[in-house]
Amino acid sequence: MKGTDRIVRVPLHEVAHGRTGDKGNRVNISVIPYHDEAWPLLLEQLTVERVKTWFAAKGAGTVARYDLPNLPAMNFVIDDVLQGGVNGALNLDGHGKSLAFHLLSIPVEVPARLALHPEKTVT
Amino acid sequence: MTATTVHIGCGAGFAGDRWDAAVPVVASLARRSGPRYLMYETLAERTLALAQQARIENPASGYSPYLERILRPVLKSAREAGIRIVSNFGAANPLGGARKILEMAREDGIAGLRVAVVDGDDLSAVMTEADIRGHGTVEGIGMPEGRLIAANVYLGARPIADALALGADVIVVGRCADPALALGPLLHEFGWSLDDLDRVAAGTMAGHLLECGAQVTGGYFADPGYKEVPDFGHVGFPIAEIGADGDVVITKADHTGGLVSHRTVKEQLLYEMHDPASYLTPDVTLDVTGVAVEEVGPDRVRITGARGRQRPPTLKATVSFEGGWLGEGEITYAGPNARRRAELAIEVLRTRVRDLGTNWPLRFDMIGTVATFDGDGGDLRASRPWPDDGEYRVRMATQGGDKRTAQYIADEVLSLYCSGPAGGAGVRHRIAPLVTTASILVDRDRVQASARLVEEDAS
Repeated sequence: MKGTDRIVRVPLHEVAHGRTGDKGNRVNISVIPYHDEAWPLLLEQLTVERVKTWFAAKGAGTVARYDLPNLPAMNFVIDDVLQGGVNGALNLDGHGKSLAFHLLSIPVEVPARLALHPEKTVT
Repeated sequence: MTATTVHIGCGAGFAGDRWDAAVPVVASLARRSGPRYLMYETLAERTLALAQQARIENPASGYSPYLERILRPVLKSAREAGIRIVSNFGAANPLGGARKILEMAREDGIAGLRVAVVDGDDLSAVMTEADIRGHGTVEGIGMPEGRLIAANVYLGARPIADALALGADVIVVGRCADPALALGPLLHEFGWSLDDLDRVAAGTMAGHLLECGAQVTGGYFADPGYKEVPDFGHVGFPIAEIGADGDVVITKADHTGGLVSHRTVKEQLLYEMHDPASYLTPDVTLDVTGVAVEEVGPDRVRITGARGRQRPPTLKATVSFEGGWLGEGEITYAGPNARRRAELAIEVLRTRVRDLGTNWPLRFDMIGTVATFDGDGGDLRASRPWPDDGEYRVRMATQGGDKRTAQYIADEVLSLYCSGPAGGAGVRHRIAPLVTTASILVDRDRVQASARLVEEDAS
């Protein structure tokens, strides 16, 4: 197997970028792969169940995922995760602006060539 | 003659945006020809409630408190270049904002400036509080308790186009959908009908990409080693070029830092978007699922494929209520055994607040472990070990109805100086009034928006 085809387990941050937006007590987080080829792999691995579990400490309610094959990208909408919304929350980040980077720390498995720094493996 | 391309720059993506961001945008637009506009978006969800409270204290205020800071640097140069300005500076008092702009024009020797206001977003003028409270909420927050401060509906682009047809150089709106600040000029210049759904969708998408200023030109994007942004300290604000057929190109002010790439555009396209097939605005239901982006030159990205469907039957409104008081305080522990001293501080604070006899919710963060991503219960922090030595900042936050209790709780952080664990340092503590907001949907026939020019001496 060529070195670049070897499967690595890395934070999503090595494979994709994204951004949080908020409305009410709800955030959306976009996930945009650096390589288009990673998109189908992310569709398999970033299920709504897994994302809901990843945000469990924040009290995530319903999670929905919308797929945008043309960009390609996906958009997660997570309910209740602001624990009150920007005007009612006690946490430091009432908008949830940082939360894209929480999702970007979730481990994913991809061929090394699709990761920006394939040596940054996680367990 | 109908224009072939309209140029729209953005001068602010939120009220606290850079005071001088619009200067290079206006300079760039001045070198272009054809219809040119500068839009300012300065009205977040709670901003209007704060403005309403300011207006109660002083009836002449209640417009954006940042208006002068961000508009004065370009008011004269925009006027001289024929660049028209569309803003939601009005907040709770569009007429007050318009008068302030006329006063600035007089002070700066700008003759004959025509300023228009758009009225009709203030629901309290047409609905009783009981009527407002009788509407169900959307977006996950129920109807709050507390005194109603403000209720404002998101207006669409038509009254902005009407204001331009009156000949206004500067338009001051209160609450409107952010993309309408760009769509209004497009309706005016191209004569688009609101039933021309795909063009209206394209104009709405252009407005959506512009509305957060630098967020499409490298701001809120830079991530060293991953997403590099050149000359980031001088990030340039965006300019959109929109064609009569709905062709959209995003670029940015000349001689500035930042970048416009397919990645910056994709991130902003999906920002604050929920179902990408149904982005609801007053003017159209925007579907971006078929959108493609293409880099067509340096800092130039073309976006195609926006589709429009029938606009929603109702209009969204933000309602704001007095929400009691936030109390918070922070204190740092550093050096050997800092974590255990910080944990002891949390224990002491819990004891002291319990002894006050309140049942207010408390949240504790230990900044330096995991705070931002954690829930109010601290589950993530508890899930793994943290080094004893280092630097940790304890934060306590609470909220409830009365100001005095908020102050007493926050003061418990301050008293840790002498009565808490060893070496506590750098206390900051404060209380602040809270505004709670929720969203409701209102029938369109309840809302009458209109545009009018403001005479300098009108009262």
